[in-house]
Amino acid sequence: MNDNYVTLENVYYSYEVSENDENSDAMVGVTQMAVENISFSVKKGEFIAIAGRNGSGKSTIARLMNALLDPTEGVVIVNGIDTKDNEKIWDIRSNVGMVFQNPDNQIVGMSVEEDVAFGMENLGIPRDEMLTKIDKCLKTVKLENERKTEPHLLSGGQKQRVAIAGILAMQPSCIVLDEATAMLDPDGRKDVIFTVHKLNREEGITIILITHHMDEIVGADRVIIIDEGHILCSGTPKEIFTADDVIKKAGLELPQTAKMFNLLRKSGFDVRRDILSADEAFEYIKELIASGKIQRRCE
Amino acid sequence: MKISIGQYVPGNSVFHRADPRTKILWTIAMMVLLLIINSFVGYAIAAVFVIVALIISRINIGLILKSLKTVTFLIVFTMILNLLFYKGETVLFTLWKFDIYLEGVMFSLKMIIRIILLISATSLLTFTTTSVMLTDGLERLLKPLTVFGFPAHDVSMMMSIALRFIPTFSEETDRIIKAQSSRGADFDSPNLYEKIKSFVSILIPLFIGAFRRAEELATAMEAKCYRGGEGRTRLRVLKFSSADVVILIYSIIFLIFVIFEKIGWQWL
Repeated sequence: MNDNYVTLENVYYSYEVSENDENSDAMVGVTQMAVENISFSVKKGEFIAIAGRNGSGKSTIARLMNALLDPTEGVVIVNGIDTKDNEKIWDIRSNVGMVFQNPDNQIVGMSVEEDVAFGMENLGIPRDEMLTKIDKCLKTVKLENERKTEPHLLSGGQKQRVAIAGILAMQPSCIVLDEATAMLDPDGRKDVIFTVHKLNREEGITIILITHHMDEIVGADRVIIIDEGHILCSGTPKEIFTADDVIKKAGLELPQTAKMFNLLRKSGFDVRRDILSADEAFEYIKELIASGKIQRRCE
Repeated sequence: MKISIGQYVPGNSVFHRADPRTKILWTIAMMVLLLIINSFVGYAIAAVFVIVALIISRINIGLILKSLKTVTFLIVFTMILNLLFYKGETVLFTLWKFDIYLEGVMFSLKMIIRIILLISATSLLTFTTTSVMLTDGLERLLKPLTVFGFPAHDVSMMMSIALRFIPTFSEETDRIIKAQSSRGADFDSPNLYEKIKSFVSILIPLFIGAFRRAEELATAMEAKCYRGGEGRTRLRVLKFSSADVVILIYSIIFLIFVIFEKIGWQWL
């Protein structure tokens, strides 16, 4: 049995833009390639991070995955359904939830609970069921005390969690976060990332996290780095973090810890390759000191 | 920042608890009846009914006076026009080229009372109903018109999105004003031309922002399976309760009084 949930096969997506023609001053249509020849698949329950700089085509990939965009060439299969199949478009969209970048521009409801209910209303879920699901989903994202709050009184991170709760209520198998943390402060980012990891772990929801913050990819099962519409490389976070030339080429920046260990390695020190976070680094350095490889100096 | 939308005053009176549909219909009925009444006796009865309703809903009289203040110009204007141009029989006195008639004085008095009662009766609706409830009530009331192709659901969806985005836009306007002032825009210039120019510098970014928001919101709604009103269930439901019966009975009593006033008391 094929347990791939989302599959992209040789996907191309291009769009027309009008540009000033250099010779005649008239507006001419120019075909712009957003993504070229993208192929990858995501297994059910997997946590995938897609990283790339602005304009690398990562948002296009997100929109291809829930039929907001149709591929120009190639196929996108979600849960066995081709996204070009217009009759099943709502099946796909209720199965693949999307959280967008700007928290203000995706909240429809006049209060938190109404916004959580919005997706369920669209699916025609009975009111009683909605009420219990709102309770449950707000608890999952830890916003149960904000039920009646007006959305504009929430912080950015809280708004994004409301958006996640609204998607959860539709019981999707997969959530795509399209740079959902890009406009948040560090605390808000941490909350959102923590929430999606929890959903992945506890509810088995497939997560596709699209980001340009490299520290957010740490907990992912697999990372795909894209640039200029192509897949540059893919692998586990540990593999990606040691491939600093590829990261540089993609215009991304490694977290400080990974950068430091890469530098140490380059200057000839034989340090472990799998240190990703500051905590891991702390434990590792402590170990080195304890084993006498580094001298304890301070009194 | 807490921004209040509309004039809603929280409370728990019969009027607050009643269904918005009842209140909208009540307001329309009041407007029609107040326009039908044409005697001081009738106005006295109507005034009693409106005042009792206001007392029941525990609306601060100061709030009503405040909303009346906004129409002072209208009241004064109607009064002057009616005084000057109403042609009656009994001339009271002559003001420059205009004869002021007794009937004219009476008529303009009636007009003033009518406007005051109309404003008070309609503000009862906006004072006791949240804008969300009003939108919902309007949608349900307009629903029968869908037979004639009226997009009731779409209109109400647009209204509620507009309401939802008022605070967002007011925050954005604040931000733009600060940003433009920091770049030297002068919003306090006594020069009218300068003033208009500086407001353009607020409006253009605000509009561009609004279009961008609209596009993103539409995408987000689509991604959440929004496909119009068909097959949609609702979290907010409207239910008729005993409060609606009270208002209905109240309106019927008023209606009976108005009928008596119209056909004359001598029939009794």
